Amino acid sequence: MRLLTHNMLSSNMKGVSNGFPLRIEVEKVVEKQVDFNPDFLKNMFSKVHWKALADASRIMGYAELPEEADRSMLDSDDFLRKFHHALLELHLEEGALVCPETGRRFPVNKGIPNMLLHEDEV
Amino acid sequence: MSSRPEHAAPPEVFYDDTEARKYTSSSRIIEIQGKLTKRALELLALPDDGIPKLLLDIGCGSGLSGEKLSKKGHQWIGLDISQSMLNVALEREVEGDLLLGDMGQGLGLRDGVIDGAISISAVQWLCNADKSSHDPRLRLKAFFGSLYRSLSRGARAVFQVYPENVDQRVLILNYAMRAGFSGGVVVDFPHSSKRRKEYLVLTCGPPSVNTSIPKGKSEEDGESCSDEESSGDEENQTVCVSDRHRPRKKQKTMRGKGREWVLKKKEQLRRKGNVVPPDTKYTARKRKARF
Ligand SMILES: C[S@@+](CC[C@H](N)C(=O)[O-])C[C@H]1O[C@@H](n2cnc3c(N)ncnc32)[C@H](O)[C@@H]1O
Repeated sequence: MRLLTHNMLSSNMKGVSNGFPLRIEVEKVVEKQVDFNPDFLKNMFSKVHWKALADASRIMGYAELPEEADRSMLDSDDFLRKFHHALLELHLEEGALVCPETGRRFPVNKGIPNMLLHEDEV
Repeated sequence: MSSRPEHAAPPEVFYDDTEARKYTSSSRIIEIQGKLTKRALELLALPDDGIPKLLLDIGCGSGLSGEKLSKKGHQWIGLDISQSMLNVALEREVEGDLLLGDMGQGLGLRDGVIDGAISISAVQWLCNADKSSHDPRLRLKAFFGSLYRSLSRGARAVFQVYPENVDQRVLILNYAMRAGFSGGVVVDFPHSSKRRKEYLVLTCGPPSVNTSIPKGKSEEDGESCSDEESSGDEENQTVCVSDRHRPRKKQKTMRGKGREWVLKKKEQLRRKGNVVPPDTKYTARKRKARF
């Protein structure tokens, strides 16, 4: 799972009012190269929750993203490359996602988060 | 009896390791799923601006549908309930991110972030109750409600489905409309039992010029095969489906004093120093009649 997906995911357990962002527990991170596409990044910028991305990438061992970002930075190639790397090339391979409200752990195995809820959590 | 997989077992049981492998190594299935996905993408009518989009593939399975999205340069997130199918997707090194999840439990996604969704040969599974706790209606409601919220305004969702009968088609469509989608059904090759394929084409938000339902494909030229909800005018009717339910609900809540009034009263009491329960989304909601 890449941070692109982490940035969109939210815990939807019964009774949880703000399930975003899911806390990341890291056991293993892998990096996979992805073609650089500035257009996609510009499309995504308005949708990405920046702080969640910056925090998540730091937890994954990448500390290059600024704490805050605004549209004007999209003109910088250096910024776009870092944004690209954090969003699309870092994979949480093993670990867990944790609901910020309930502490419920969603395990991540072979890069796949198990988001299945128990019956009493639906 | 029937040969429908939906009748054989729950999806996570039916698509076990053996079935997942069999499914994904059949060149016939690969070809069919590829074609269905291409058609779904066509119906998704994404803006032709060359900008890659963030898409969902619901019931993504082993990635036969998602691969077509990657081919067009899009990024995607795939959801499936079968670990075995997802394992095959990993082996095939699909480019999308995979989630193990049950669409009937609702999608846990932030609001308005997804550019479009497809689902190929999967949503009819929701019409079955596989556990005693399953109510297909509640599951359809959770699914469509959460999907609607996750899509950006004006985005589309296209589902190729195999409903078992008219009732299932109506059921699925009804719940989509209730969630706020407008749209309808497109039928390709309606007169051929083998080639006949159905697509639910849904748009997030009220009908507009962009939401009119495209025509289905047919063998004979010039023949329109779209379903009832095809032209602009009738489209408004599909929205009425959702509206029909709304006034009734409204009337019920209006009989009380309303949420605004309750919130104000609670605030007044709080200022007086009374202990008042916190305001939540449940505040002033009508309770169910049963107990
Ligand atoms: C016929 S396969 C299609 C897979 C893929 N879309 C393709 O075109 O090859 C149907 C898939 O739907 C999945 N499915 C069925 N019910 C589901 C549910 N409730 N939530 C998520 N996936 C489900 C099954 O596990 C299966 O992988």
